[in-house]
Amino acid sequence: MMWRMNVHVDADRCQGHGRCYLTAPGLFEADDLGSGRPIGDGAVPVALQHDARLAVANCPERAVSFEGT
Amino acid sequence: MGLHDRVTDWARDFDHTDEGWAADPYPIWDELRSTCPVARSERYGGVWLPTRHEDVVAIAYDTDHFSSRSVVVSKFRAPVEIAPVGTAPPISSDPPFHKQARKVLLPVFSPRAVSALEPSTRAYCEELLEQMRGREVVDAAADYAQHIPVRVIANMLGLPEADADVFRGFVHHVLEGVSLPIEERVAGMLPLFDYLEKHIADHVGNPRDDLISLLLDSEVDGRKLDGFEVARMILLLLIAGIDTTWSAIGASLWHLARTPADRRRLLAEPGLMPVAVEELLRAYAPVTMARLVKEDMDWNGCPMKADDWVLLPFPSANRDPAAFAEADTVVIDREVNRHLAFGVGIHRCVGSHLARMELTVALGAWLAAIPDFELAEPAAVRWSEGQVRGPRILAIRRPALP
Repeated sequence: MMWRMNVHVDADRCQGHGRCYLTAPGLFEADDLGSGRPIGDGAVPVALQHDARLAVANCPERAVSFEGT
Repeated sequence: MGLHDRVTDWARDFDHTDEGWAADPYPIWDELRSTCPVARSERYGGVWLPTRHEDVVAIAYDTDHFSSRSVVVSKFRAPVEIAPVGTAPPISSDPPFHKQARKVLLPVFSPRAVSALEPSTRAYCEELLEQMRGREVVDAAADYAQHIPVRVIANMLGLPEADADVFRGFVHHVLEGVSLPIEERVAGMLPLFDYLEKHIADHVGNPRDDLISLLLDSEVDGRKLDGFEVARMILLLLIAGIDTTWSAIGASLWHLARTPADRRRLLAEPGLMPVAVEELLRAYAPVTMARLVKEDMDWNGCPMKADDWVLLPFPSANRDPAAFAEADTVVIDREVNRHLAFGVGIHRCVGSHLARMELTVALGAWLAAIPDFELAEPAAVRWSEGQVRGPRILAIRRPALP
């Protein structure tokens, strides 16, 4: 079975820097206040795995993480 | 300048307005980071200076022990009674008030709201470049960078663009008049409040579609903001919105003038711009914030006293080799870049999306009009003093037009 990767934003840690949706616009979007949130269920297509890793690595608040299943 | 003694001992007697710090603070921070790493000074009534990324982040997150009620180090400390609102909310606010005040501004500075300002910002940058056409030597700070954020924020607020010099004068007093005696420091703020009072009264009588009217209509704590509170929020937006972005644009152009390889790379690969902008923000982060210690305590071995200042040098954190590979090198395509140019924690710069847009647009427009350029007089470049660092005199030469 394939390993599934989902991205997650911890809303308590997120301060709205926007690095996730700037780095990986295919995976994250901004809400009305500028906080980041995953698009849909946060599932990461294979083609966007590199973007997902960069989004995790660039969040100044360490609010973005993976949830593997 | 001239109001303080030159620094000879950075670990025990530093001064962030010293000429040496203004000209090139990076070797100072590098030295302190590897030997100190939290410097102390008796100037300004007592200041601490953490230099490591880890320590700067820890203090930024620790709102229990550090207050934001004053964020510009000077001889004047806002009295403790002014907390949790502070001098210029929400940057000067402590929890729990902070979150409510910030919520008023967040929608106005959201990525979506900011993207609507992009076309007018680009048009203005192009207009400034057009005015420079035909001149072999231009000042990238005075003729270009300084005008962009003033115009953008004046338009957002609903203040006359023609008053740009007035705003810059106030901002200069707040940020660089920090060594003045308390009476002069306070007296220098009064004309700004008179000016704002006039414009706020005008907006009360004639509401319109701008930020001042929006602030006057906003509620915090279940009640409308009063005129004085609105004036202090405007003060924040002017101070935080002008010198900072001006500095980031200027420092980035300074770097590109000295680094032809990065310039050529951006011209050849415009898609690299977003990554390059983050790297320029990391390497030349303009803003150092400050906190006041709430109560006497031992912090990591430092005997901190109530009302001691603590500087938060985000630019130093951004150059910490423990947090960044090749920390002192501009790696124009650096992909992993958890920089702190806009701070960290609840006080993340509320205007960061606006600043990023202005910087991106200003650099793009410049490169399109002036793809090839160098410093006209490297020794004549002058950097601002104090907590916002950027070039204020930046003569640039470009090849003579045919």
